Amino acid sequence: MTFHRGRTSSLASGFSARLIIVIVVIAFLAAPAMWSRADGPDIVLAGSDSALVSLAPVTSLVAADNTYDNGDALRLTWVPSIDDRLIDSKIIGYRVYRLAGTGEPEAIADLPPGSNQYLDETVLRDSVYSYYVSTLSERAEFPSNRTAVISPQREWINLDRGYLFLIALAIAGAVIYYVTVAKRGKKLFVRKIAGLEAIDDAVGRATEMGRPVLFIPGIHDMDDVQTLAALTILGRVSRTIADYESKIFMPVARSLVMTAGREVIKSSYQAAGRPDAYSDDMVNYITDEQFGYVAAVDGIMVREKPATVFLLGAFFAESLILAETGNSVGAIQIAGTARPAQLPFFIAACDFTLIGEELFAASAYLSGEPRQLGSLKGQDVGKVIAMVVIMIGVISLTFAEAWKIEFMQDILDRLSVVFSTN
Amino acid sequence: MEHFALWLSAFLTLGILSFLYKDNPWYKLSEAVFVGISAGFWFVTLFWDNLVGKFWDGWQDEPMLWVGAALGFLMLLRLVPRIGWISRWPLAFIVGATSGLWLMNYLASNIMVQVQATIQPLFSTSYASGPDAGWGAIVGSLVIVVGTFTGLVYFYFSKEHKGAFGATARVGIFFIMITFGASFGYTVMSRMSLLIGRIDFLLGDWLGLIN
Repeated sequence: MTFHRGRTSSLASGFSARLIIVIVVIAFLAAPAMWSRADGPDIVLAGSDSALVSLAPVTSLVAADNTYDNGDALRLTWVPSIDDRLIDSKIIGYRVYRLAGTGEPEAIADLPPGSNQYLDETVLRDSVYSYYVSTLSERAEFPSNRTAVISPQREWINLDRGYLFLIALAIAGAVIYYVTVAKRGKKLFVRKIAGLEAIDDAVGRATEMGRPVLFIPGIHDMDDVQTLAALTILGRVSRTIADYESKIFMPVARSLVMTAGREVIKSSYQAAGRPDAYSDDMVNYITDEQFGYVAAVDGIMVREKPATVFLLGAFFAESLILAETGNSVGAIQIAGTARPAQLPFFIAACDFTLIGEELFAASAYLSGEPRQLGSLKGQDVGKVIAMVVIMIGVISLTFAEAWKIEFMQDILDRLSVVFSTN
Repeated sequence: MEHFALWLSAFLTLGILSFLYKDNPWYKLSEAVFVGISAGFWFVTLFWDNLVGKFWDGWQDEPMLWVGAALGFLMLLRLVPRIGWISRWPLAFIVGATSGLWLMNYLASNIMVQVQATIQPLFSTSYASGPDAGWGAIVGSLVIVVGTFTGLVYFYFSKEHKGAFGATARVGIFFIMITFGASFGYTVMSRMSLLIGRIDFLLGDWLGLIN
């Protein structure tokens, strides 16, 4: 019995030892799969797995905050699957999954083979996300490890635009310098701008003819700098009209422009000492609709027959219709816009046209006010900087390309960095 | 109903086109309908897009919307003559914020990008071969560089256009006018497509004379 017991015991201990070895081997072999299950999602089969070709997942997947934004984007980068390098690669693309907080994975993008980054612009600021990327074959997905959780952040200062800031600072510095100089009483020269010289004559003509002046400030809102320039000129025009005791009518396509226009004209009439002559009816809102506004203004032109028409501001397809109608009623027309596509129509149909920046220079020219004159001179400094940089850049590039002069290439590289807008 | 809408569209289209002859009651009616309906349409659109779509649906999540709402409310104070002057504050805010915002945008797009794009080689070994080979490439570069430079001279306001400076500015305005001429032709063609669209509607959809 003892022998049997002893043999049984020996057999049992041998079996146990083998069992332990088998378990350890199985556990060892199974461990990577278990680890990957703990860290990342499962392989997903699409249909039968009989023809499953195993593909390596992407590696080094990192989710980072997209810099210098409003906290509404996260950037993913990864190293593509090594199988993506094969000529007959079985990879048909990559699928990006996102987990919001502890929620379920959500497929947010399918990308072509070879992709190694993705910008997720559908995230919310201060929310928490993690990601993984699946390598796609015809029949299965092979997910990568998940990224660490990350939250998109807002940055208040864009340090990539440092040189832009410095250039703006240089121009602003020039503006401040010239404003100071002008305030000290030094006369700043501004060349003649033909269209503006005609304003007094045009308003005088309207007074003599007993007809109104029509002022059209474009069809954009107060967030367009052209509208602001138009309203500045309106200040001078309405002041002249108040002095001459003529009439002005200003139909507008934006409610805010109506409010601002009334303020400007009211101030001018007060400055001219004729506040009683001002009426809110001088400025009327028509409609926001582009061609509805045009139809109404055309009607006003043919019925009121203004002696003078000002078309100053942001204009689009309506420019030629308005300018032609004004021309047909015999009005003297002074136009100005910074829209290059509309300027040809104004030049063809109007008596005087302020081209591009002349519109913005007009207010300084008309008022002679130190702040505006200083601003105009400061902008001229900006143009000088641009001209000098263009000269240096063209010479450097020509010499660098034609004669391979390294020194010139260095200058060019430096200019590229400074004038990069990212 | 579909026929009624078709005939009404044709009636109003011809009414607007009748302005080509002269101002008349038909045009006045079409104009009034157009202006009235479009003003109402924009009121409803802005109400639902801005007041409801942005503020009403989002004020709990975005406290900054209250700033916009407060400025909008201040605008309405114009309706109260005694305190109407307060409505200048939101206007001042819009004008100031707009100027600040566009300063950097215009600086980037109208100066930085333009300067970068203008820096081109007048002569290059690459002009001897490749897709840009030949005198055409040199002339193209010269046009861009000279045109931009002389154009900038024209818009320089601190010096009278006299002597060599005036001659350079004159070259600049020549470039500008040639550009405007090309732009004129291009834009007229696009306007013709609008007219063709209306004629297509009248002769095709309405009268059925063309397929």
